Amino acid sequence: MKHIKSLKTRNLKKSIKGCGECQTSCVGNQSCE
Amino acid sequence: MIHQYQNNGYNIVMDTESGSIHVVDDIVYDMIASLNEYSKTSNIRTVACEDDIKAVPYEEIKEYLTDRLSEYDESEIAESYEEVAYLIEDESLFTDDLYADYIADYTNRETVVKALCLHIAHDCNLACKYCFAGEGEYHGERALMSFEVGKKALDLLVKESKGRKNLEVDFFGGEPLMNFEVVKQLVEYGRSIEEANNKKFRFTLTTNGMLLDDEILEFANREMGNLVLSIDGRKEIHDLMRPRRGGQGSYDTIVPKFIKAAESRGQMNYYVRGTYTHNNLDFSEDVKHLAELGFEQISVEPVVAPESADYAIKEEDVPKLCEQYDILAKYLLERRKSGKGVNFFHFMIDLSGGPCAYKRLSGCGSGCEYLAVAPNGDLYPCHQFVGMPDFLMGNVDTGVTNTALRDKFKLCNVYSKEECKNCFAKLYCSGGCAANAYNFTGDINGVYDIGCALQRKRVECAIMMKAATAK
Repeated sequence: MKHIKSLKTRNLKKSIKGCGECQTSCVGNQSCE
Repeated sequence: MIHQYQNNGYNIVMDTESGSIHVVDDIVYDMIASLNEYSKTSNIRTVACEDDIKAVPYEEIKEYLTDRLSEYDESEIAESYEEVAYLIEDESLFTDDLYADYIADYTNRETVVKALCLHIAHDCNLACKYCFAGEGEYHGERALMSFEVGKKALDLLVKESKGRKNLEVDFFGGEPLMNFEVVKQLVEYGRSIEEANNKKFRFTLTTNGMLLDDEILEFANREMGNLVLSIDGRKEIHDLMRPRRGGQGSYDTIVPKFIKAAESRGQMNYYVRGTYTHNNLDFSEDVKHLAELGFEQISVEPVVAPESADYAIKEEDVPKLCEQYDILAKYLLERRKSGKGVNFFHFMIDLSGGPCAYKRLSGCGSGCEYLAVAPNGDLYPCHQFVGMPDFLMGNVDTGVTNTALRDKFKLCNVYSKEECKNCFAKLYCSGGCAANAYNFTGDINGVYDIGCALQRKRVECAIMMKAATAK
C-alpha cells in the first residue's frame, strides 16, 4: 500500500473464537504464547 | 471505534475492537477523520454475512470526501479511499464491537486460583512517605508470617488451582527480607510438593534492598523468576520519599547492591521499580538516571495517594506528565537506535502475540484468580486491599468463604464500567486497577480519572514506539 502501513497485530475478533492459561497481571504487555 | 493521534511525526490510527493499528500519511489521516464523522450517521460498510463485508462504494461517498478534503487532488482521494476500503473489508478498520455479548459468558466461567501474594512481613526498615501499606504495617500491627501459615497458603493454592500446572507466588511486604528464613523455608516446601502435585511454582520477590546480601542474592538468582528492586531514581528524589526510620536516606546503601543484582541476573528477569509523585513531575529524568546507572529493566510509576497528600498527583499535573511520557518515548528510541536499549515496563506492549480478547476484557484476576494472604492467613482480593475488613475473603484454613465478594470481582470488567466502553485503551488496560478505583470512588467498578489519562498516554507512546521500530 502506498498510503497505509499496517502494524502486525493479533486479530482480537478472531481471538474470541479464552483458554485461561495466561498468568495474572498487574495485560497490555503480556504475551499469550 | 476509531482512535487517531499524531505523535513524534507519526499519524497513527487504531481500530479498537480488532486491535489493528495503521500508520498512515496525511491524506488518509484526514480521510479517516471524515469517515469517522460519516459513520455516525450513515453506514460505512454493509455486512451481507460474516465473511462478506463491503465498504461503501467510492462513487457514493465521493462528494462527501472531496468536499472535506479539498486540499487534496481528487485522483489522490480516490486512490487513498481504495486502500481504506480494503481495510474496512478486511475487518481492520471501522469494525463493530461484539464483545459485550461474549463477556457475560466468560465472566460466569469457573475460575481457578493462579497466584498468591504472600505478605511475608508486615514490617519494614524504611519509612517511605507514599507507602499504601502505612510504613509496611497495613492498617494493623507489625507482624511476620509464620512458616505454618505460608505452608497452608501454598497447600491452598495447589488445591484451588485444580488442573493448572503453572502457579505464581509473590513474596511481598512490608519488606520480605525481614522474614527471609521463612521465605527460604516456603520455597523449599513449594519445590518439595511440585512433582507429586504436577505443579510448577514461579516465585517472585520484591525488596527495598536494605538487607540484600550475597547469600540472599544467590538464593534469589536460583529460585526467583522475577526480582523487583525498589528505587525511585535520582538520589535526592529517592531519599526524599524513601528514608530510613531514622530519617537518613537509603539510596547510597542500595544502589551498589542493585547494580550487582541486575548484572548477576544477566540484566533479565528483574525490574528496578520506582514511584513518581508530585515532587518529581520531571520523572523522565529519573528513568534516564536509572538507565545511566546501567539498569535495563525499568519501571517508574505514578503514585496513587489520597488527594490530601502533598505528594499526590493532581489533575493539573496531567499535561506535564503526558509531556514527560513523550520525552521518555523519544529518549528510549534514541537509546535503542544507539544499541543501548532499555525496557520501560509501561511502554512494553505485545501487539502480535498479546493476550486474547477475553483476557483483555476481564483484567488482572484479582479476587478470583489472584489472592493476597496476610501474615495471619487472612485472604484478600489483592495486596492493596489487605487489612480492609470489608474485603476479607476467608483465610488459609477455610479457603474463600466470601463467595459474593469473589463473584463481584469476577464480574468486574471493561463492560461493567460505563466510562470504559468508549475508551480506545480498554483492550490494553482492561478497565484498570480495582483497588485504585475503590480508593478514589468507593467502588471497584469506578474509574480513577488521573490514572486513566496517564494510561491512555502511555498506550499512545508505546504504539508510537512500535510504529517507529516496525520493519
